[in-house]
Amino acid sequence: MSTKPANDGKTQAAGPLLEIRGLKIEGQSDDVWMPIVKGIDLSLKRGEVLGLIGESGAGKSTIGLAAMGYARPGCRISGGTIAFDGIDLLKLSAAEIRKLWGRRVAYVAQSAAASFNPAHRLMDQYVETPTWHHVLNEADAKNQAVELFRRLRLPTPETIGSRYPHQVSGGQLQRAMTAMAMSCHPDLLIFDEPTTALDVTTQIEVLAAIKDVVRQSNTAAIYISHDLAVVAQMADRIIVLRHGEVVEEAPTRQMLTHPQMPYTKSLWAVRSLQKKEQGADEAIIHVKQVDASYGTVPVLFDIDVRVPKGRTVAVVGESGSGKSTLARVITGLLPPRKGEVVFQGKALPPAMKDRSKDLLRRVQMIYQMPDTALNPRRRVRDILGRPLEHQMGLRGAARDRRIGELLEMIELDERFLERLPSELSGGQKQRICIARALAVEPDLVICDEVTSALDQIVAEEILKLLLRLQRDLKVSYLYITHDLATVKAIADEIVVMFQGRVVQSGSKTAVMTPPHHEYTAKLLSSVPEMDPDWLDGLLARRQPARPSA
Amino acid sequence: MERVNAVIKTVLQRLGLGVGTLFAVSIIIFLAVTMLPGDFAQAILGQAATPETVAAFDKEIGLDRPPVERYLHWVAGVVQGDFGDSFSSMGNLGGGHPRTVMSLILPRLGNTLFLAGMAALIAVPLALLLGMLAALHRNGFFDRLINVTTLTSISVPEFFVAYILMLFLAVRWEAFYSLATVSPDTPFFERVARCALPAMTLILVTVAHMMRMTRASIINLLASPYIEMARLKGVSPSRIIFRHALPNAWAPIATVIAVNLAYLIVGVVVVEVVFVYPGIGQLMVNSVSARDIPVVQGCALIFAATYILLNLLADIVAIVTNPRLLHRR
Amino acid sequence: MSTGSDIPEAITPGGESLADLATADVRLLPKRRTKLESAWRSLKKAPITAWFGLFVITAYAIIAIFAPLIAPYGEADIVGDQYAAWDSQFLLGTDQLGRDMLSRLIFGARNTIGIAVLTTAVSFTIGGVLGLLAAVLGGWADQLLSRLVDILMAIPQLIFALVLLVIFGPSITNLILIIAVLDSTRVFRLTRAVAMNVVVLDFVEAARLQGEKLGWIMGREILPNILPPLVAEFGLRFCFVFLTIAALSFLGLGIQPPTADWGSMVRENSTLINYGDITPLLPAAAIALLTVAVNFVVDWFLHKTSGLKE
Repeated sequence: MSTKPANDGKTQAAGPLLEIRGLKIEGQSDDVWMPIVKGIDLSLKRGEVLGLIGESGAGKSTIGLAAMGYARPGCRISGGTIAFDGIDLLKLSAAEIRKLWGRRVAYVAQSAAASFNPAHRLMDQYVETPTWHHVLNEADAKNQAVELFRRLRLPTPETIGSRYPHQVSGGQLQRAMTAMAMSCHPDLLIFDEPTTALDVTTQIEVLAAIKDVVRQSNTAAIYISHDLAVVAQMADRIIVLRHGEVVEEAPTRQMLTHPQMPYTKSLWAVRSLQKKEQGADEAIIHVKQVDASYGTVPVLFDIDVRVPKGRTVAVVGESGSGKSTLARVITGLLPPRKGEVVFQGKALPPAMKDRSKDLLRRVQMIYQMPDTALNPRRRVRDILGRPLEHQMGLRGAARDRRIGELLEMIELDERFLERLPSELSGGQKQRICIARALAVEPDLVICDEVTSALDQIVAEEILKLLLRLQRDLKVSYLYITHDLATVKAIADEIVVMFQGRVVQSGSKTAVMTPPHHEYTAKLLSSVPEMDPDWLDGLLARRQPARPSA
Repeated sequence: MERVNAVIKTVLQRLGLGVGTLFAVSIIIFLAVTMLPGDFAQAILGQAATPETVAAFDKEIGLDRPPVERYLHWVAGVVQGDFGDSFSSMGNLGGGHPRTVMSLILPRLGNTLFLAGMAALIAVPLALLLGMLAALHRNGFFDRLINVTTLTSISVPEFFVAYILMLFLAVRWEAFYSLATVSPDTPFFERVARCALPAMTLILVTVAHMMRMTRASIINLLASPYIEMARLKGVSPSRIIFRHALPNAWAPIATVIAVNLAYLIVGVVVVEVVFVYPGIGQLMVNSVSARDIPVVQGCALIFAATYILLNLLADIVAIVTNPRLLHRR
Repeated sequence: MSTGSDIPEAITPGGESLADLATADVRLLPKRRTKLESAWRSLKKAPITAWFGLFVITAYAIIAIFAPLIAPYGEADIVGDQYAAWDSQFLLGTDQLGRDMLSRLIFGARNTIGIAVLTTAVSFTIGGVLGLLAAVLGGWADQLLSRLVDILMAIPQLIFALVLLVIFGPSITNLILIIAVLDSTRVFRLTRAVAMNVVVLDFVEAARLQGEKLGWIMGREILPNILPPLVAEFGLRFCFVFLTIAALSFLGLGIQPPTADWGSMVRENSTLINYGDITPLLPAAAIALLTVAVNFVVDWFLHKTSGLKE
C-alpha cells in the first residue's frame, strides 16, 4: 500500500508548510491577561520534523496548538501571523478551519487515556475523521486503520479497534492515537509530549513506532517534549524555548554537539554530574525479607535492602515496581505482612504509631512534589520551627538560631522566614523540605523522586546540595528514582526493582556494568541518550530481523 | 454475557443498598414513637382525660409493648400498606371508628403526584435546555444574565414566589385560580387549571437549581480532553455535543434530575399549604400541628422512600451508561 | 529557513552565565503583598452583585443589632387597629392584632437572623469537627460516620425536621438543635470531602511522620487549608437554614408568637393577599433580599478562591 496518496486536491503552495511570525499568546489568570508566548518566529518545511523543547511554563504546548490555529479556553492569540501552506489560519472562520483540522493538520495529545472518548470503540473514533472529511468511506477507513495499527506494531491489529479505550494499555492507546491522527494523511502532525506519561521501557516502543510511520509517510511534524534526548531521536531541527521565548534554534546534530546559549548548555550539564562511588561499611537500616500488600493485593515480595551509614542507595524502577511502597514500609505507614525492618541493629516496630518520638525523628522523608510537601498556610519560620520544638525541644532564641543555621545550610537566608510556600520558587520549596527533614538530625533520609518535578538546572542544584549535606552530616539516603542520570549523580549502591521484587542490587559500578540482569539491561538500554542515532541503533540491535512495513 | 452480569451485579448491589437505607430510615422514623414524651396521651386527649382513659389510649396505640415488638408489628403493617390508625380520629373516643392512615394518605398522594408530575414535565426539559444553552455560551451575556437570575430565584423562599404569583396573576389580574382546591371528581382540565399557580411556583423554584447543576455538569464535561480532541479532528459543534458529549452526559444529567425531583417533592409541602392544595404535604403539616404521629410517620416514610427511589434511579442510570462497566476488560 | 543566527540577541534573557542561571532560583525573592492590600485589591475588582450583597448584609446587621433603637414601637405592643393601612403613624400599617408592621419587621431581623446564625454555627461545629475526624482517622470511624450521615440524608431535611418537631415540640432551643443536627450532615460531607483532598497531601504525611498528634494535624495542618470552601459553605448553609426556619415558621411550626419573625409574619397576614395588599409580602421580601445578597457574595468568593492557593 502506498503511504502517501497523490495530491488529492490539496493545494501545494511554494515556500514553507508552516510559517509563524511574531506569535504572541496570552493566558487569563485572575481576570488579567498575562503573556505566555512572547513573539515567536518558527518555520517548517514539508516533511521536516521540528523538535520544540523547554521546561514547564516555556509555552511549548501552547505554541504546538497555535500551529493549528487553536488556543485553549482561557488563552488567546494576541498577535502575529500563522500561515499554514500559505493560508492565514487566524483569518479563517470557525467552519473553514475545521476543514483543515484532522484532515491536513492533526494532533496527538499527551494523555491518550484522557483524549479518547470513553464511550466509543477505538475503531469508531479512528473512522470518524476520514469519513467526516469525506477522505475515505467507512470500509476503506477501517482497512486502512488495520494497516496503520499493524505498522505501529499494535497487538492483534485486526481486532484491537473493537475495544474501548479503558480496555487498552497506555502505550497502546498512544499508538492508536498516532494512527488516528494519521488517518487522513495530514501534511502536519503535532505531537504534544506523547511519551511523557509512559515508563521508559514502554516509551521506547512508542517512540520507535512513531518514528517509523512519520518517516515512511514523509509527513511534517512538530514534536514537543521536555526531554532533549527524546526530541533528538525524532527531530531534524530543534528549537529551545524558555519563558515563552526562543533561546536557540539549530539542526539537531549541531544543537547536540555545539549548543551556544548558556541555558541550552545547562540542559546538558545535569546529565554529566557523577558521584564518585564510595565503599560501604555498617548498615544503618536493613529491610529483611519483607512482603507487603495493600489490602489483599500483594505489592512487595521478599524485599531485602541494606542502606550503609553515610551512603546513598538508589532504588530504581518503573511505576508500579513497588519502590514507593518500600518507603512506606520503612516509615511505618504500611506495616509489612512478613519480614522486618532493622534499624541500627534493632527491629523497628512495624507500625508508625508504635514507634517512639525518637525513632520517628531518625527516619525522615523528602517528597517528589515540593508544592504539596509544604503546608501552604504555614510560614517558613513555623515549618522549620515546629520540628525543632516538637522533636528537638528547642525554644525561643535557641530555636531561632537553629532556624538561621538551617537556612544557611540550604543556601537561603533569614529574609525567607516570613514567607508562605506560595511565595517561593519550586527549588526554594524543595530546599525548605530538605531543611525540615534535616532539622531533626536524622540518620536516614528517604528521598522520593525529589528532583523529578523540578526544572533541570534547579534539579542539578538540589542534587549538589544533597551531596554536600551528606558529606557534612554523614546522613544516609535511600533515593527513589526512575531516572538513571540522577542515579549516576547520587548513588553509591543501586537496587533495581521490578513488579514488587528486587531483581538486582549491588554497588553502582557492579550494577551499571555488564553482565546485567535481563530487566536491568532492558531498563538501562531504554534510557534515551543524547545521540540522534541512538534509537535506530538500539532497535537494530534488539530486533535485527524486524520486518519492514 | 459476562458484561451483562457485571452490570446486573452492580445494579443489584445498589438496589440492596437502597433497601438497606430504607430499612434504616424506617427505624429512625419509628423511633419517633418511642421517644414520645410521657404526657403525650394527655396532650392528645386534653386536660380532662382521666388516668384510666390515658392508660387505655396508651394500650390502644400499643405504647405498653416493648419497642422491638412494636417496630416489627409496624413494619409488617407498612409492608402490607397498613400504617395504622390516625390519632386525631381516635381522640374523640367513641365517635365512630378511627380512620386508617392509608385512607387519609392515598387520595392526597395522588394529588401531590399530579402536581409534582405537572411541574416536572415542564421544569425538567426547560432546565436541561437552558442549562445547556448557558454552558455553550459560557461567560457570554446570556450566561451572566442566567447566573444572576437563577442565583436570585434559588435564594427566594417558595412562599414568596407563591404569594407574588397569587397577588399578581390571581388577585390583581384575575387570570388564574388563587386557590388550588380540587376534589376527586374534578375534571382533568379544570384540575390542570386550578393547579397552574402551584405548578408555576414549583417550576420557578426548581428550574433555577436544575439549570445551574446542568450548566456545571456540561461545562465540566466539555472541559474533558476528549472533547478538545474531537474539536481538533475538525468535526462540527453539533456532532461534538451529540456524538462526544451526550453519551457521557447521561449519568450527570440523571443525577441533576433526581436531585431536583426530590427537591420538588419537598418544595411541594410549602406550596400546598399556600394554595390550600389537598396533597400529602399539607396533610403532613396539619398532622404535625395536631401531633398525629401515625400520619406523620406514614407521610415521612413515603417522602423518604420517594427520595431514596429517585437517587437509586439516578445511580442505576449512571451504572448502565458507564462504558467501563458495560465493557469489562 | 531560519537558523540559530536569525534569533535576535535580545531574546535570550540578558547575557546571563550558566552560574547565574543556576543561582537565580535561590536568590530570587518574589514580591509580596500584605493581606489587607490583596483583600482591597480583590474587593475593587469585585462585580457589582458582590458589592450589592455586601451592602445589604451590612445594612441587615446594623438593623438587627440596633433594633430597639430603630424600631418606632415595641416588638409585641398592640398600638392600633387590626390591618391598618400604611400612613404617617404606621409607615407600613399594622398586622392582624394591631401591632406596628415596621417595628415587627425590624425586630424580626434580630430574631430570624440571630436564630439562623446560631443554628448555622452549631451545625458547623458538629459537622466540621466530625468531618475532619472522619477524614483524618479514616478506616472504620470514617465508615461509621459516613454511613450514619448517608441514612440521615436519605430523609428530606424539611420532612425530617417536621417529624422531629412533632416529637420534641416547637421551642426555639429544639428548633435550633434539630435544624443544626440535620444540617450538619451536609457540613460533614463537605468538610470530609475537602479535608480528604488535603489529608492525602504529603505535608500531612510529613507531619504524621514527625509524630504530630491528631489535634495538631486537624487544627494546624488541615483546617487552615480548607477554610475558604468552608467559609463559602457557611454562607450557603446560612441561606439554607434561614429558608428552612422561615418555611417552618410559615407553616406555623417554627418560631412561635408573639416573637416577631419574618416567616410567621407572612403566614399571620396572608389573608391580605386576597385583597391585593402587598404588606404580607414585605417580610418575605426581607428574607429573599438577604439570601440573595449572601448568595451573591458567596458566588463571588467562590469564584475568587477556587483551589487551595491564595
